[in-house]
Amino acid sequence: MREITYWQALNEALQEEMDRDPNVFLIGEDIGVYGGAYGVTRGLLEKYGPDRVMDTPISESAITGAAIGAAMMGKRPVAEIMYVDFMGQAMDQLCNQAAKIRYMFGGLFKVPMVIRTEGGAGRTLGAHHSQSLEHWFTGVPGLKVVMPSTPADAKGLLKASIRDDNPVVFIEHKMLYKEKGPVPDGEHIVPLGVADIKREGRDVSVITYSRTVLYALQAAEELRQEGIEIEVVDVRTLIPLDIQTIVKSVVKTNHVVIAHEACKTGGFGGEIGMQIIENAFDYLDAPIKRVGAIDVPIPKSPVLEQYVIPTKENIIQAVKEVLA
Amino acid sequence: MDLTKEEARKLLKQMYEIRFFEDKIMELLAQNVIDGGSHLYAGEEAVAVGSCAAIEPEDWIASTHRGHGHAIAKGGKINELMAEIFGKATGCCKGKGGSLHLADPSTRNLGATGIVGANIPVAVGAALALKKDKSRNVVLCFFGDGAINQGVFHESMNMAAIWKLPVVFICENNLYGMSGAVSRVTTTNDLYTRSCAYGIPGEAVDGMDVLAVRDSVRRAVERARNGEGPTLIECKTYRYYGHSRSDPRVYRTREEEKEWQAKDPILRFRGKVISDGILTESECDGIQAEAKQEIEDAVRFAMNSPWPKPEEVTQDLFA
Repeated sequence: MREITYWQALNEALQEEMDRDPNVFLIGEDIGVYGGAYGVTRGLLEKYGPDRVMDTPISESAITGAAIGAAMMGKRPVAEIMYVDFMGQAMDQLCNQAAKIRYMFGGLFKVPMVIRTEGGAGRTLGAHHSQSLEHWFTGVPGLKVVMPSTPADAKGLLKASIRDDNPVVFIEHKMLYKEKGPVPDGEHIVPLGVADIKREGRDVSVITYSRTVLYALQAAEELRQEGIEIEVVDVRTLIPLDIQTIVKSVVKTNHVVIAHEACKTGGFGGEIGMQIIENAFDYLDAPIKRVGAIDVPIPKSPVLEQYVIPTKENIIQAVKEVLA
Repeated sequence: MDLTKEEARKLLKQMYEIRFFEDKIMELLAQNVIDGGSHLYAGEEAVAVGSCAAIEPEDWIASTHRGHGHAIAKGGKINELMAEIFGKATGCCKGKGGSLHLADPSTRNLGATGIVGANIPVAVGAALALKKDKSRNVVLCFFGDGAINQGVFHESMNMAAIWKLPVVFICENNLYGMSGAVSRVTTTNDLYTRSCAYGIPGEAVDGMDVLAVRDSVRRAVERARNGEGPTLIECKTYRYYGHSRSDPRVYRTREEEKEWQAKDPILRFRGKVISDGILTESECDGIQAEAKQEIEDAVRFAMNSPWPKPEEVTQDLFA
């Protein structure tokens, strides 16, 4: 299979969906000539013109609101919010309007829109450009939350998100854009709400998503040397959550580590852990272990940044602890 | 004067409907027949009715927390609006929205929001969709004086202006954002002057004069249809009731209230159409009685309607 990068996969998904449906358009800051802060929309202005690749003022709230209004009228906007850290500026529009319009208006309107944004640490950008904030959105009924880890998932999940009739928060990871991986040719769609076993194993289920999947896979290689086989479950979509696949893995391994880059306190791992307890407590041979960022804003210093974010070593340690 | 007998009937009828609707809601709240919040539009009727008289049924509106008047002026079914405020299954939003969230795509009402100013970017997005479709239709976006100090007002005005979107911004300046007097929270009482910051036309209009509002909005709609972009219209008006039912109105005087009630938009319009010979006194009485009866019927409809079923609670979250 051909290999392309995460950003190229996203770019392909946007092109294919724009070719397929004239109602799809892009709106956001510096997505035109500049091609997006991380280059995901490069070349699209030239191909589709300024009416479908709309550069905006720096107005996250109005970008989100404009996407909502257009979606209510039958368009399928894909809005880009440059950093998930900037979502604070758009939270009312996203959480009070986009998420609630269908429900509070009795199902009279659909709001088919995607907010593409990216998060995560790794570029020493400091506290306002490095956070993992998915748990801001998972507690808001009416939003779907998607976090792909591989180029194939990035493409397939973005296409599914654009075709979904609901608001989808699609969170990319800034350290994944240059990662390469196999992506099927032609129509490739990954349905929302289906987790993926990225590696099978019998001893411990490592439930994870986004960039941390890569660390979990590296941990798996090292642990194999010691005779420990971990199963890496990539959640892929936080809302809707595929709890069945997670439980199936837990029933098999009887040991659970949940790992994500968001801070541990209040992070989505707590929700996953609780759902495992509700659904599969009797299958657990040891307490669930969570691996998350230290509860601080992301510091600038590369040394401190690396220390805050969970990596391969933290996962290995947690796996050994649940097996101890 | 540009006013047919048919239009005069319609404008008077709608203003009476809104007034009696709001008076009735206040009565029902006081009697604890209904509960929850309700921000009443009485006194401001000329704004919604005059604005909606300037557009066609295929045009859209975006509404606010003080939105009953907008929904009625846009042609919403009064029975369904009343039932919605009761929280009944027959309400326009199946009882899930309530007073603060009346919406109705069949009358092209994008809905009301409980967050001040939050409907403004949504209206801008709807106008963007209309422009993309090369539609001749426009969006009227209502908001109060309080909304203009929200950041999203600025973002939205600017975005609509740079893209020349077919939206008309209608600021209902009723002098108070809850208790905050405009003169205390803004450096000018002429809110339309904000338009100069965005390079778009702005004008103030007597919001107690339904024909003045209609004519002003008509000019702005014409511009919007011609692709010339948005306009900011400030309608100077007054809400007769407090911000909500629990508001003792300590921030304004009874004298001020009387001064504004002397300019009542319904009595003023009624007097004018009679003196101009467009409608007779008895025709106006008939319209008034009809409107009153419709509201009584709507209350009966709402009272007799079923509550939503518990199993409906998870419906309509996702499409």
